[in-house]
This record gives sequence, C-alpha cells and structure tokens, in this order.
Amino acid sequence: MTKVPVYDSARRPPAMLEELKAAWRYRDLVVQLVRRDVVARYKRSLLGVAWTMLNPLGTMVVLTIAFSQVFGATRSYPGYLLVGLLAWNFFAQTTVAAMRQLVWGGSLLQRIYVPKTLFTISAVGTGLVNLLLSLVPLAAVMLVTGLPIQPAVLFLPLSILLLAAFALGVGLLLSTAAVYFPDVIDMYEIGLTAWMYLTPVIYPEEIIPESFRFWFLNLNPAYHLIKLFRQPLYYGMWPTPTRLACAAFVGLGALAVGWLVFTRRADDFAYRI
Amino acid sequence: MPSVGSSSREGQMTLLTASDRGNAMPAKNDRQLAVQLENVSVRYWVPHERIDTFKEYVIRLLQRRVNHSELWALTGIDLEVQRGEALGIIGPNGAGKSTLLKLIASVLRPTVGRVWVRGQVAPLLDIGGGFHPELTGRENVYLNATLLGHSRRDISARFEQIVDFAELWDFIDAPLRTYSTGMAARLGFSVAVAWEPDVLLVDEVLAVGDASFQQKCLRRMGEFREQMKTIFFVSHDLSAVQRLCDRVCLVVGGRIVEMGEAAMVLAAYEALLGQ
Repeated sequence: MTKVPVYDSARRPPAMLEELKAAWRYRDLVVQLVRRDVVARYKRSLLGVAWTMLNPLGTMVVLTIAFSQVFGATRSYPGYLLVGLLAWNFFAQTTVAAMRQLVWGGSLLQRIYVPKTLFTISAVGTGLVNLLLSLVPLAAVMLVTGLPIQPAVLFLPLSILLLAAFALGVGLLLSTAAVYFPDVIDMYEIGLTAWMYLTPVIYPEEIIPESFRFWFLNLNPAYHLIKLFRQPLYYGMWPTPTRLACAAFVGLGALAVGWLVFTRRADDFAYRI
Repeated sequence: MPSVGSSSREGQMTLLTASDRGNAMPAKNDRQLAVQLENVSVRYWVPHERIDTFKEYVIRLLQRRVNHSELWALTGIDLEVQRGEALGIIGPNGAGKSTLLKLIASVLRPTVGRVWVRGQVAPLLDIGGGFHPELTGRENVYLNATLLGHSRRDISARFEQIVDFAELWDFIDAPLRTYSTGMAARLGFSVAVAWEPDVLLVDEVLAVGDASFQQKCLRRMGEFREQMKTIFFVSHDLSAVQRLCDRVCLVVGGRIVEMGEAAMVLAAYEALLGQ
C-alpha cells in the first residue's frame, strides 16, 4: 500500500525543495502544456510545424540583405547571424512566454493546486522544441554557405542546457514581478530590444572598440551563453574551460536565484493574480 | 507591498499560535481524522486604489502613498472532519465558503493557524480554464487530467471510463471549439470524477449539464460516500445539501456561525435569509 500523503500547513519543507518535488510529480503536465502550445499554434496553419523552421530563416534573409554590405568581411555572415538569432530568439521568446503563461495560468491557480513553476518550465520546454526544430534549417544554411559542421557540435547539448537554465532563471524572476505588476511584460519587451543590440547577435564582436570590448562583453550575462552556443556551431571549436565555467556560473546562478525568489513568493500568487 | 505583508503575517502567526493555542496540538495519529483546521484565518490585501502597473507603483512609493487595507475572508475557523463524512458548507455569497475549500486544496495557505489534511485531495470542479479550443476532446482530457496531477499512463487507463461518463464518444476527436458549453462542462466534470481521492471538494458544480447529467453526478457522489471518502460540498442547492450531507456548517462573514445536523443548520440558514 502506498503511503497516505499528509499535508500540514504548519510543517512544510523549505519552499524551494517542496516546489522541486511537486514539479517532478507533475512532470507529465509539462509534456502536456508543451504539446498544447506546439500543437495548438500550428494546427490550423497550412505549413504546420514548418513555420517554426521558416521563421528564423526569413529573419535571417532580411537581415543578411540589410547588413551584408556592413558586415561583409565576416566569414559566412548568414551562418553567423542565424546561429546568434536562434539562441537569442529562444531566450527572448521563452522569457516573455514564461510571464504570459503564469498570467494565463492565474485563473487555474486560484482554483486548483498546480506547482507554479510548471508554467515557466513548460514555456522553456516549448522554446526548446522550437529551437531543436530550427537546427534543421540551420544545418542547411551552414552547408550552403560553406560552414563545415565540426565534431565540436557534440558540445551543443550542453550549450543548450545552460542557455535553457539561464532562460528559466530569468523567466522565473520576471514572472514573479509580472504577478504584481502586469506592465513588467511591456517594459521587458522594450528592454529586450535594447539588450539584443548590446549583445553581439547580429553584429560581429570585432566592431566593438577594443579599448572597452572586454568589459562590454563580459558584463553582459547573455553574451556568455550566446557565445557558448555559437562556438561549437559557427567557430567549430570546443569551448575552453574558462568559457564553460563563465557560462555555467551565469546560467546556473540565474536559475538558482530565480527559483529561490519565485518559490519564496509563490504562496502569495493565488492572492494576487 | 508584498514583503511588508509577509513579515507581519509571520509575526502574527507565531503570536497567535503561541498565546491562543498553547500546546494543545491534537493527536495526529487519529486514523479517523481526515481534515482539521485550527484557528485558521485568511487575509487578503486589498489596495485602496488598485495599483496595476509598476510605473504607478513607483510613483505612489515616491509619494509614500501605497496603502492596502486588509480583508479577513475567514477568521478563527476550527473544524474537524472525520473520514467518510460529508460536510455541507452553506452561506451567502462572499461568506468565505470557497476560500475554505481553497485552504484544504492548498491553493491558499492560511495567514494564521494550521490546516491539516490526510490523503489525496481532489477538487470536483469544471476546470474549463484548462481546456484549449483548438485541441480535440481527447487531447483536452489528457491536458485537464494532468492539471489535476495525474500521470499520462493513469489517464490512458481510465480514458474509456471518462468518455463513457461524459457520453461524448461521437465528438471525442473533434476540436473543443465545436463543443457546446454543456458538452465541454460534461467533459471537464467527467475527468474530475474519474479518480477516487480521499478528500473530495465539490464547489457548485451541479449547475452544469442537463437534469439527467446532474442525476448521474449525484449518483457518483453517492458512490464516493459508500467508499468512505470525505466530501466537502459547497452549494446553494439546499435540498441537495440535505440529501447528501451528514453535517452542515453555515458560514457568514468569514466565521462558522452554525454547525451540526443538516436539518438544524438549514433551518437556521433559512431563518437568517428570512430576516
């Protein structure tokens, strides 16, 4: 016989552990929420899932035409651009979706118990599905523009994992704020545009003046993760231990802080949303 | 400001549990006890003027004008419910009936006091909010049931039973947007009753569906009773309360004002309404 669960509001484990256990117990819900997002989004469109792949390609074509004169010196600029765009779009879309998901889940959270981190986790899950799908057109672009796929590509799963951890952490922090102030979503969307231009996504690092390039790049947390994603793909290089350590520190650090802040406040959400 | 709320709340909790309750923690090894609430109060913070945006909040903060008033949805609730008991909860709108169920479902945590529940808790409500119009009925059953905490395998095992109960085999692979409101509600309800939780929370769900479906739901609740499940039944349908419940508690203004045998409490409520 299985043990009968007992809930005692006076004797609860620390919030961050309690939430971790609950999220694991509800893991099938993550799959369902991701499925719902992916399937529902494409069900009535003619090209279906193909849109996920075509979308970044379209952006790449437009930006390549716009910037090929300026950044023409960059080796295989379309490849450089697309790799950066995929990583950035994953981060941007996931963090925005995390906030919207939690506000969407609000009416549910007031009626039934659901581990609240699941909405953010499933937003990251949906982003991951889209990211993996867009690796297919990326491979095609790399072949066409003469970027060889090197063995270092085997490092990519770890890059993606750390990028996902970073997005989850930032998403948790932002959704905590969005519960109290819905306009955080709008402010963040504006901030994202600025953040993208501060990060070498569409331009090469070399155009930043050398005098302050080091600090400009390294103080930007997103840079470390984009770079870790770009290295095995575009540069075909295994990342150095220092590079990996920096990215792991930023990614896992964001996740730890986000999880801690979110779970500490989560009991309050049902009163607020 | 949230941080202010939580710090003063914690202070109050220790204060009240220490002075008012002493060490009178009841024995939790009583196998027959299903749910216990000790001196439970719930406070909502209501902003004087609703501040919805961060911009507004910063402006108010600078002007030192962030004011919240507190609203006690429940005060000093003490309640013990045994296994196999069906407790009716009645009272006027806004009395705190649903808040009481939310505490037991751990949707809300008590501001003061202690909530103790043994066993699996399931809400019996039509969580239409968990449905998605573009997904088929089948996909929505899975989505809805996982929201209630069930595993995929467990849902597959009960899938036929769910659709049988809803009587929706003909439409199960059609998108939910093609369903009528009643059909969608039936599907949601059928998902909820497909499992046998230890503690069942029923909040005004019998309003959904046609008369024959309502009969079916009441029959299903009768089965739960035979299986020694504990039922909390919130309803404005007083005759259903009387038929189903052993004990009834009357909640008015966040307090339990009357509690006991169904006939007596219902009479008290009718007297109150008559005033």
